[in-house]
Amino acid sequence: MLHIVNKSPSQSRTLESCLRLAQPGSAVLLIEDGVYAATKGNADASALHAACGRLQVYALQPDCDARGIGPLLADGITLVDYGGFVDLVAQRATTHSWL
Amino acid sequence: MATDPSRIKKVMFVNRKAPYGTIYALESLEVVLITATFDQDVSLVFLDDGVYELLKGQDTKGIGIKNHSKTYRALDGYDVEKLYVERESLEARGLSEDQLLVDVEVLSSAEMGRLMAEQDVVLSF
Repeated sequence: MLHIVNKSPSQSRTLESCLRLAQPGSAVLLIEDGVYAATKGNADASALHAACGRLQVYALQPDCDARGIGPLLADGITLVDYGGFVDLVAQRATTHSWL
Repeated sequence: MATDPSRIKKVMFVNRKAPYGTIYALESLEVVLITATFDQDVSLVFLDDGVYELLKGQDTKGIGIKNHSKTYRALDGYDVEKLYVERESLEARGLSEDQLLVDVEVLSSAEMGRLMAEQDVVLSF
């Protein structure tokens, strides 16, 4: 399963709820303001950084670039471009775009 | 006319918003009813503030908005019988199952996560 999160963890509890339900081995893709959760030292995203072992965590590079957070990425997070985004959706049986 | 079983999808609606502050809860109900019309395998999930959608005793007379909470009680007339509430969301709000206006199945986060992963389609509201 692929979970897509588009809200900053400091603004919304979407990421927190997503992590509560995500099963081991599923993928989480951060897009739009969700990419702020990919930054090192973000206290609101510590649960995500701790989950990088049991989940595959991705962030959409164009959204990271737009926000200037490329140099701030935490370890364990993989950047994908739009083509990679499509691949992630195509590889997984189910996608949930969290609102 | 019966729907060809191979065309029936498991469709989950994830409700995470309180009922009247935004239009999401009402919109979700509308889409649920439409989806049920097409004989799909529909389930509704209530997480986070979405559990407030099911609280008994809603009375919207004073705010001039339609009380759509009664619609949840009509869902089984549309063969929508799978309603799931996350235990952690209830507990975090000091609520219990007997305060809800419909019969639901209360699941843990892990159980809910497994159910979500089994779906063909997950729609978020």
